Amino acid sequence: MRLQISDLDVRFGTQPVVSVDELALGEAVIVGLAGESGSGKSMTTLAILGLAHTVGATVTGSIRLGGTELTSLPAAEMRAVRGRRIAAIFQSPSMSFSPVFRVGTVMLRALRLHGLTKAEAADRAARAMREVFLPPDLLHRYPSQLSGGQLQRVAIALALALRAEVLLADEPTSALDVTVQAEVLELLRELRDREHISILFISHDLAVVAELCDRVAVMRAGRIVEQGGTDQVMSAPRDPYTAELLAAIPAIKTGG
Amino acid sequence: MAPLLEIADLAVRFGPVRAVDGVSLQVVPGPFGLGLVGESGSGKTTLGRAVLRLAPIAGGRILFEGTDVTPLRGRALKEYRRAVQIVFQDPDNTLDPRMRIQATISEALAAHAVVPRRQVARRVSELLTEVGLDPGFATRYPHQLSGGQRQRVAIARALSVQPRLLVLDEPTSALDVRAQARILSLIGRLREERSLSYLLITHNFGVVSELCEQTAVLYLGRIAETGPTGQLLGQPAHPYTQALRSAVPEVKASARTTRIVLPGEPPDAAHPPAGCVFHPRCPLAVDRCRTEIARLRAIGPGRTVACHRAEEVLGGAVPAGQVPEGKGLAGDAIPGGEPASSAGGKPPVSTSEENR
Repeated sequence: MRLQISDLDVRFGTQPVVSVDELALGEAVIVGLAGESGSGKSMTTLAILGLAHTVGATVTGSIRLGGTELTSLPAAEMRAVRGRRIAAIFQSPSMSFSPVFRVGTVMLRALRLHGLTKAEAADRAARAMREVFLPPDLLHRYPSQLSGGQLQRVAIALALALRAEVLLADEPTSALDVTVQAEVLELLRELRDREHISILFISHDLAVVAELCDRVAVMRAGRIVEQGGTDQVMSAPRDPYTAELLAAIPAIKTGG
Repeated sequence: MAPLLEIADLAVRFGPVRAVDGVSLQVVPGPFGLGLVGESGSGKTTLGRAVLRLAPIAGGRILFEGTDVTPLRGRALKEYRRAVQIVFQDPDNTLDPRMRIQATISEALAAHAVVPRRQVARRVSELLTEVGLDPGFATRYPHQLSGGQRQRVAIARALSVQPRLLVLDEPTSALDVRAQARILSLIGRLREERSLSYLLITHNFGVVSELCEQTAVLYLGRIAETGPTGQLLGQPAHPYTQALRSAVPEVKASARTTRIVLPGEPPDAAHPPAGCVFHPRCPLAVDRCRTEIARLRAIGPGRTVACHRAEEVLGGAVPAGQVPEGKGLAGDAIPGGEPASSAGGKPPVSTSEENR
């Protein structure tokens, strides 16, 4: 397993917010983490990134990346893992980029920070841009000069340039138009197939999860109520909450 | 039936940007829903605001119960704005966090002197009950309510002044999926009980499918296609509708269709392409589309479309796997923009067969 979460417990003081017995991410798979707001999806992301303490939460249990136990990693070593081996993209791609720097500046700085020379970084950045089907000269733009879909792809390019093993994608398409969303989903599939990246895809939208993910875990009130192969969970949900979420999706009726 | 609202050749401009350009639509007396569907920048929200006289109207008319409301001012405008109410996407931006629910709703009642002052409290209770909230919520503040409950309050406030037309601007987009379903069923119930007429602005085909008899698809401030919702979604006549439809994620694998990839990004509304505005991204564009404006025309009962090749799109005679030729303007609008073959170089394919 690329990423193996066992007995994860995240709490604020005595208040538990996430309690996950088992969640695994194999090589070159996309696992969906589905649930409504407040279900603990994003806290789980923060815990994996080793950032839960920054919002005042304490983490116990095990998060293993390959052979590395992340929960006990010293801060400096965790910084080397975060961004480098585990990358993250968020709902608003502007969260990944400062508005006052060109996106290329942000990307090059991240690459230099993780030990590349200037020339290597420039080369890697340009290549990553082409891999997400963007012309490398967009690196000279400021975030405000790119569309939401382009900026989200630059954020994905950054993860690629760093050769991340795991990509945490927290509602990465929720702010995008449906046609742009479809392109980003297609891109994530390609990264899985071509680069063998493992993706934890966090979303409230079960239809998106159904289209994209190989496996799905449904989360409610900090717990995973059901997980399994996507087709099986979607066609025969075992937990009533999953069934409720599926029934709530407005159906497109045709004809008449 | 005489229309309640008739929008005729409406134009809204922000400087050089033609946000709404030559749009004509009708809303009949309720219960009736007209869906406005399109992506960001399509002009759907601006159109909704123009109906409320909240956007600068550069041309055309808006007839409400037969009267052109575009020149209205003062008392007459205030009276019109009582008759037409709006519910926004995010109730957090429209409910004052410092006001109790009671005060928020009675403010609207007082502003338009709907009921005598001593009846206000009772009316607030009735309205809360009507939208499925306990009347006890009147003494609460917005932050003590869930997102779905706050949207119910926003709906109660809009209904409080007995509007004859509602504009619902993405009323469920900010809500969790279960709350969204409950608000949709609330709107569905209220529309029957109150015989509501509304313009429903959304990017979600499922939402128009549940609540709108008619749907208009907007692209770059213009109507691409209108028609009865089920027909329009089941058998689009415009390639843009087809592409949008094919991009909608589906839970059931059997409902998924081959996705039609649109190259590039929507062009800059300040510099709309010549000919059909959709041609730079259209998988079916031919020479005629680059030079000749595609005017809205009738195609079948109750259906209109702005596409030179609509008959072929409807008939499913569109050649599969045709590679887009026109890509100039989309690329020009965003210099250095994406190549036409952006999403993996897969040729767009017709979905007419799978798309029944």
